Order: sequence, then C-alpha cells, then structure tokens
Amino acid sequence: MSSHNESIIREPLITGENITYAKITDDILVSVENKPNKAWWIGFTIAGLGALLWVFSVSYTFWTGIGAWGLNKTVGWAWDITTFVWWVGIGHAGTLISAILLLFRQNWRNSINRSAEAMTLFAVICAATYVVAHMGRPWLAYWIFPLPNQFGSLWVNFNSPLVWDAFAISTYFTVSLVFWYVGLLPDIAAVRDRATGLMRRTYSILSFGWTGSVKSWQRFEIVALILSGLATPLVLSVHSIVSMDFATSLIPGWHTTIFPPYFVAGAVFSGFAMVQTLLLIMRKVLNMENYITMFHIESMNKIILTTGSIVGVAYLTEFFIAYYSGVEYEQYHFLNRFIGPYWWAGCIMYGCNILVPQLFWFQKVRTSILISWVISILVNIGMWFERFVIIVTSLHRDFLPSSWAMFYPTWTDVGVFVGSIGLFFTMFLLFVRVLPPVAIAEVKLLLKSQSFQAKKKLIKEGNLNPEQVEFYRESLKKFDSVSEAEIKELVK
Amino acid sequence: MSNTKFILGSFGDPDDLMLGIEKMQENNITIYDAYTPMPIHGIEDKLGVPPSRIPIAAFLFGITGTTCAISLLYYCMVYDWPINIGGKPAFAMPNFVPITFELTVLICALGMVATFLFRTHLFPGRAPRVMDLRASDDRFILAIDARENKDHEKIDNLLKEAGAIDVLHNERKYVSYE
Repeated sequence: MSSHNESIIREPLITGENITYAKITDDILVSVENKPNKAWWIGFTIAGLGALLWVFSVSYTFWTGIGAWGLNKTVGWAWDITTFVWWVGIGHAGTLISAILLLFRQNWRNSINRSAEAMTLFAVICAATYVVAHMGRPWLAYWIFPLPNQFGSLWVNFNSPLVWDAFAISTYFTVSLVFWYVGLLPDIAAVRDRATGLMRRTYSILSFGWTGSVKSWQRFEIVALILSGLATPLVLSVHSIVSMDFATSLIPGWHTTIFPPYFVAGAVFSGFAMVQTLLLIMRKVLNMENYITMFHIESMNKIILTTGSIVGVAYLTEFFIAYYSGVEYEQYHFLNRFIGPYWWAGCIMYGCNILVPQLFWFQKVRTSILISWVISILVNIGMWFERFVIIVTSLHRDFLPSSWAMFYPTWTDVGVFVGSIGLFFTMFLLFVRVLPPVAIAEVKLLLKSQSFQAKKKLIKEGNLNPEQVEFYRESLKKFDSVSEAEIKELVK
Repeated sequence: MSNTKFILGSFGDPDDLMLGIEKMQENNITIYDAYTPMPIHGIEDKLGVPPSRIPIAAFLFGITGTTCAISLLYYCMVYDWPINIGGKPAFAMPNFVPITFELTVLICALGMVATFLFRTHLFPGRAPRVMDLRASDDRFILAIDARENKDHEKIDNLLKEAGAIDVLHNERKYVSYE
C-alpha cells in the first residue's frame, strides 16, 4: 500500500511523534470510552436548555398556530424560511467534504469528514423542523408527498419548486444518513472490539457485525466511491432547488437566474464556517491537534475565502443586473437594501460575507485559531442575514405602497430560532459522546505515507532534494502541533 | 495440535501482511481471509478476489429510479389529472427533471447500500464473526485454515519470517461474542 512515498513538499496530515495504529484508535475514542469531562457537561447543559426552549416554542406554535409568529399580510415568510435556508446551507459543507473532496482525492478530508457529515445531518434535521413547523397543520405534513388520496386523486403540483424541495431535502437527508452510517460501520466495530458488557452488546448491534475482511473492505470502498459520485450532484441540486423556491417567483430580488449557483456557493461558504466553528472547539477539547492540524484549518479557511468571493461576485452581479435590466422594481429593491428601513441588515450581510472573509488572504489570519473562529462566527451571522435580507427586504415593500409593512419577530420566532441552535448543539455533543468523531480507519490510511513521522523518516534517509526539504520545513512553522525543536531535527 | 482450526498471523504493518501473503502463496498454502482495520489497496488482486459487481447493481437501481420517477410524474400530471395551467403543456418536461433526478439518486443509493449489506451479511444484531479482536484496532490478521493446510510448523515459521508479531492457533473459528 505504501509502495510509493508522497512528495516531501506536501504538508503532513498527521503530526506528532510515535503515532501508531493503536494510538490513533486510543486518541480518537477518548470521548467515547470515557466519562465526559466538565467542558462537555457545561456545553451540554447550555445546549440542552436551548433544545428545551425549542420544544416549548414549537409546541406553542403548534398549539396557537402560525399567528404566534410575527408574520403579517405583507411579510408572509420571514424567520422560518430564513432559518430553514440557513440550516440547509450549513449542511452542504459536510457533503462537500465527504463526497466532493473524496472524488478529488483530497486526503485531508479523512480526519474531518465524520464530524462534518454528522453536522450535515443535524443541520438538515433543524431545517426540516422548520418545514414542518411552518405548515400550520403539521399533522398533515404528508400531504406534500404524492400519495393516493380521497380528494378525487388530485395530485400534488409537480411543477412547484416547493414539491421539488420536499423531494430534494428528504433525498438529501436519507442519502447523507446512509453515507454517514456506512462509513461508521468499521469504526463502530473498533469500539465494539475494545468494549465490555452492555457497551459491547450495544455497539455489536450497531456495527451490523462488521469484520473487516478483504471482501467487505473492497465493497465498502466501492460503495463509498459511488455514494460520493451520487452525493456530489445531489448536494448541488439541493440548494439549487431551494433557491428556485424564490427564483421562480416574480418578487424583485428573487426573480433572477443567478440564484442556483449563488445559493450553492453561499451554502458551502456558510457550511465551512460552521465546520470551522465546531472543529476548532472539538480539536481543543478532545486534544486532536495531531489529527486536525493547522493544514486542515488553513485549507478550510481557503475554501471559505474562495466561496465567500464567489458569493461576493454574485452580489455584485445582482446589483449590476438590477441596474442594467432597467426594471424599476428591481432597481428600487436593491437601493432599498441600503437606504430602506432594513439598511442595517444589508450592512451586516455585505460586511460579514464579502469584507470579513477577505482577511483570509493573509496567512497570519488563516493560521490564527482565534481569528479563524471569530470569522467563522461572523460568516454564520452574515449568511443568516443574507437570507433575511433576500426574504424580508424583498417582501416588506411590495407592489402596493399602501400595504408596505415591517416585520417584527415575536418571542416565539426568537425561541424557535435560538432553540434550533440549541437542538443542533445538543445533537452534536451527543454524537461526539457516543460515536467516533473522527473516521478512525480513514486516518489510519494516512499514517504510513502522509504523517509527520513518515516524512521525517524520508528526510533522515536522505535521497531528497534539499530545496524541497527546506520548503517542507518552512511550511511546518505554521503548525501549532509541531515544535521548533522538532523542525530543527529535520536535517540530514 | 489437531484441535487447531485456524492459524492467525497477526501483523503490525500492512506491508508485512502483504509479504506474508506472498510467502503463503509461494508455498501453496491457501489463505482463508485477511482482517484489517483499514482498507489495504492491492490486496484483492494479490488474493485473487474478483472485482465487486456492486456498480452494476447501483446502475440498475439508478435506472429503476429514473423510470419510476418519470412514470409517476407522467401518470399524475399527464394521464390521471392533467391541469390546464395557462394553456401550457401538461407534459412539462423541464419541470420533471428535479424530481426525476432526486428519485434516481435516492433509489440508487438505497438499493446499492441494501445490496452491499445483504451480500456482505451485515444487519443490525448480527453476531460479529471476528477471529481476533485487535483486527479492528492495530493488527492485520492473516487467517489460514488449519484443517486444509496440515504443516502447521511451516506456516508458523513462514508467518514469523514475514514479520508477524504473533502467531495464534485458534481452536474456535470466531472469538465468542456470547
């Protein structure tokens, strides 16, 4: 398997000395095999309270109806759809990491794919709760699917993007879940084989009896490859379809053909920001500096910069088209984003999404954990406001000035939104506790060729171009998990 | 000695495992299977395991999904209850693309994974057929059927020569999971 050595100029994906296969298993399973520490309990308590707030606010919404929200005749869609799109967008990073980066053979995905996929699932669950909650009569949610019915077999309108959305989101969730779980099987087996008693029995059931034989690994790999081939167009289609909920309407600010690619780029942008938010904490709390290295953080920051810039170009295109089309409603709408009553939301959107990520052009910023974390939060805020601006600013001044109105959220709006964040973190914290948060088998694959110690061995052996070795040593300086003494040792 | 059912070579490195396979094959010793904590590229070729036919199954499930989706849309929108929407054609092909695509992906993914689980005998609650508990942790296990290959001493020596850290003689095929 390690029949060829990787070029020395590539940064290591696993740092640290004396990493063995056994140590990888030990390090990754720390959170699963031990009692949770104080940090986990504090986080879980706060997140759990948030989840309770969600349960309460959603129950109140179901009890009183959609009137519990701040919607009015003019702004008939506000925080619900804003947050729905926000959550679905966040989910996209997980599939991008697990599927698209697999197709591109980006091995740095191996140590972050598991938690990013889990994040995808939880984000899509949060999004789905909004779909159900905004229906008014959630017990009739199944009406959106084409079931034979008693109304003279009147079918759902398959020409409607909202119906496409139901298919897209449910397919996306199902495929992501299956992809995630198939990938988990070998790692659950690893937990099972080390556990005793009830834990062994539980993980034995969850592992589906995985053995790691030659044939099962062969099938496993081909299934993962095809699933990523399927998930790649799927993830692009999902947010394209979400954007068509808006783009197929006639509302100024919504009715543009640029929406599908613009939404997909924005989704990846916000998703990577959320991955960054979670991983920077997880890496610290679970001591995973050797597996989630500075290279991973920097790579993700580069993706945030790229997709953020694509989003920026999309914003500029929207403004240009509004001007160039000569449509006065469109022109008024885009002016209204800055001079209307929601000017502050527009400023947060453009500031957080275009200006802030541009800081990532500087390597010092890309490799600073604290600044990366703060920027990731700002991007999340900016992307929430992007949807808010698109939705509420477009609606609040419609074609008849007599019906212009403002949107004011009620406590229920706020409760459902803050609660959904609590729900998300509750699920994520439980996940870290019960399932391996990093793909153990996939990280093991990197050990012999792409780890710091493998590269050190190569340098010690000597047959390398000294310039390339120098380049490699230079690139190690940004790693917080590699000490200066260790870099100094890298000479032969 | 005669009670030994399986001889397990427990390697600490995938390259040693590959060397072990070569040694066995040179000496005409049949290999039962290998159990590893991670996929080992090239091991199937070495052991003569034929390529998986799961892609064929995936393709068939995929076109099943496409066909089902188009049939459903055609039946509902064109045959059963056509709706006059501004005089536009009931068979609005571009509008059928998203759902056709989603159902293709959905049925392909579910069908393929179901095939994978069925063929590999994986299902919730199946008792794990594990020969060595460390095969999911840090050991690469090469299993040799001791009944078929009689010269146990030679096998032991070959495995050790290839770099096996332990050579185990198991009297039971699988580690008991109760």
